[in-house]
Amino acid sequence: MSSMMRGTTDNGPLLPVADADGLPFWEYAARGELRVQACADCHAPRFPPRPCCPGCGSFATEWRRMSGRGHIWSYVLPHPPLLPAYAAQVPYNVVIVELADSPGIRLVGNVVAAADAGLGSVPPSRLRIGAPVTAVFAEVAPGVTVPRWILEGR
Amino acid sequence: MTATLKDTTAIVGIGQTPFARQLPESEKTLACRAVLAALDDAGIPPSQVDAFASYTMEETDEVELAKAIGAGDATFFSRVGYGGGGSCATVAHLAAAITTGQATVGVAWRSRKRGSGPRPWTETRAQLPTPAQWTRPYGLLRPVDEIAMLARRYMHEYGATRDHLFDVALACRNRANQNPAAMMYDRPLTREMYMTSRWISDPLCLFDNCLETDGALACVVVSADRARDCRRAPVYVHSAAQGLPAQHHGMVNYWTDDPLTGPSWAAARQLWKHADFGPADVHVAQIYDAFTPLIPLSLEGYGFCGRGEGAAFSEGGALEIGGRLPINTGGGGLSEAYVHGFNLITEGVRQLRGSSTAQVPGATTCLVTAGEGVPTSALLLRS
Repeated sequence: MSSMMRGTTDNGPLLPVADADGLPFWEYAARGELRVQACADCHAPRFPPRPCCPGCGSFATEWRRMSGRGHIWSYVLPHPPLLPAYAAQVPYNVVIVELADSPGIRLVGNVVAAADAGLGSVPPSRLRIGAPVTAVFAEVAPGVTVPRWILEGR
Repeated sequence: MTATLKDTTAIVGIGQTPFARQLPESEKTLACRAVLAALDDAGIPPSQVDAFASYTMEETDEVELAKAIGAGDATFFSRVGYGGGGSCATVAHLAAAITTGQATVGVAWRSRKRGSGPRPWTETRAQLPTPAQWTRPYGLLRPVDEIAMLARRYMHEYGATRDHLFDVALACRNRANQNPAAMMYDRPLTREMYMTSRWISDPLCLFDNCLETDGALACVVVSADRARDCRRAPVYVHSAAQGLPAQHHGMVNYWTDDPLTGPSWAAARQLWKHADFGPADVHVAQIYDAFTPLIPLSLEGYGFCGRGEGAAFSEGGALEIGGRLPINTGGGGLSEAYVHGFNLITEGVRQLRGSSTAQVPGATTCLVTAGEGVPTSALLLRS
C-alpha cells in the first residue's frame, strides 16, 4: 500500500495512485488476477470503478475475474518531450485493450514482448487495431503490479 | 417556460495583450491589461463592473482582479471547471446572471503563461487518482497522447488520413498568416513541412498540436438594452450551452459505449434547441483546436456533417475563407495563440463586427466552441 500510494519511483515510471474505488483492482493485480468491478445486484460490469451502479443504483459490488484476453482498440506511440523514465524507452507504445469477456471494458496498457520486458520491446510495426492480446503481470516496484499485454500467436 | 437567454445579452468589449512564447509580465498583470483593454473597447468604466467569470487553470482570481482594476461591488462571480472546456461557459454564466438581474456588467478573462511556464503534465507529485491511475503509469502522459488515442481509432473507423488533419492545420495557419497579432503570422505552413515534421504522439505530429503561449484576453458582457449605448456594435449571445454527456470520463473518454461521441454532441443539442437557426446558417466558426482531430470531432458534434464525415468535410478548402465553413479565422490555438480558447471568443466578436483580419464577407452568425474531449461549452453569436 505504501509504495502504491507514493505515486512515483525516484525519477522512474509513474506508479498507480489508487483511490478507494480502484484499490481492489490493484490488489487483485498483485495476485496476478485481472478483475473488473461489477454490480452485485444487476451484474453489469463497469470501469473505471465507482461507489455505485449507474444502472440500478446498488452499492453492492463484486470483482469479476476476466480471462485476460482482448484485442487492441487503439494505440499511440509517444515521442519526446516526455518524463525521463518514458523518454528513455521510446519508441514505446500505449494501447487500449478491449476485453473479450466484457467488450465495453477497455484498459489502457502496454504491449510488451514479455511481462518484464521494456515498454518498447515490441516493434511498432507489429501493432494493429484488432490484434488479439493476453494479459500478463509485471511488478514495477516492490508491491506494485500492473497488467501488461502480449500479442497472441507469437 | 418563458425564461430565455436568447439575445438578451451582448458582448460589447474585447481586449488582449500581445501573444508570445515569453512575456515578461506576470499573469496577474496580463489579466489586468486584457480586462482594462476590453472595458475601454466597450466604453464602460471599471467601477461599473459587478460580475466576474473565469475558468479553472486561471491563476488570477476575481478578488485580485477586482481590486486591481478598480471594480465596484461584485454581486456575481463564478468559476467553471475543466480548463479549456469552460471558455464559452464564462460568457454563458455572465449572460445568465445579467439576464436574471444578478449583475449588470460582467467580465470574463483568461491569462496564462503556458509559453514560459511549466507543462502541466510534468507534474508527478499531485496526480489525480481518478482516472490517472488507469492511464499515466503506462506512459499515457500528456493531453496529446490522450487525444491521439481517439484520433487513431477515428482514422481506423472512418478512413480519415493525415491529409485531413493537415487541412485543419493549414486553414488555421493560413488565417494566422493574415493576422499580425498571431504568433505564426510570418510563418507559412506547407504539406511537406507537415508530413516530415517530428512525431509528438504518433499518429499526431508537431503541427497537430497547439502553440505554447503567454498572453491574456477578456470580454465584457452587458444586457442587450445597455449594449445599444456602448462604443461598439453589440454582438449578441444568441444561444449558450454546456455539455457533460452521460457516462463521460474527461479527456480519457475511453469507457463509454461510443468514445468518439464527445461532449460537443451534448452541448450542441442544448445549443440548437434554443436557437433560431441551425448549422447550415452559421457563416463562420471558431472551433477549439488544441489538437487537429478535435475539429472533425466537433464538426460532427455540432451537426455540420454526419457521424464519421468530419474529416472528409475538410476536403477542397472547406475550412478556408470562401469554403463551406471558414474556421478559426484569427489562426486559432494552432497558429494564433493557445490561451485555452479565449481567442476564439474574441475572434468571433471581430467577425460579427466586420473587423477580422480574415473577414468572412457579410458574416452575421458565428459558432464558438470550447475544448472538445472534456466537459465543454459553446456559444452562438449573432450581430
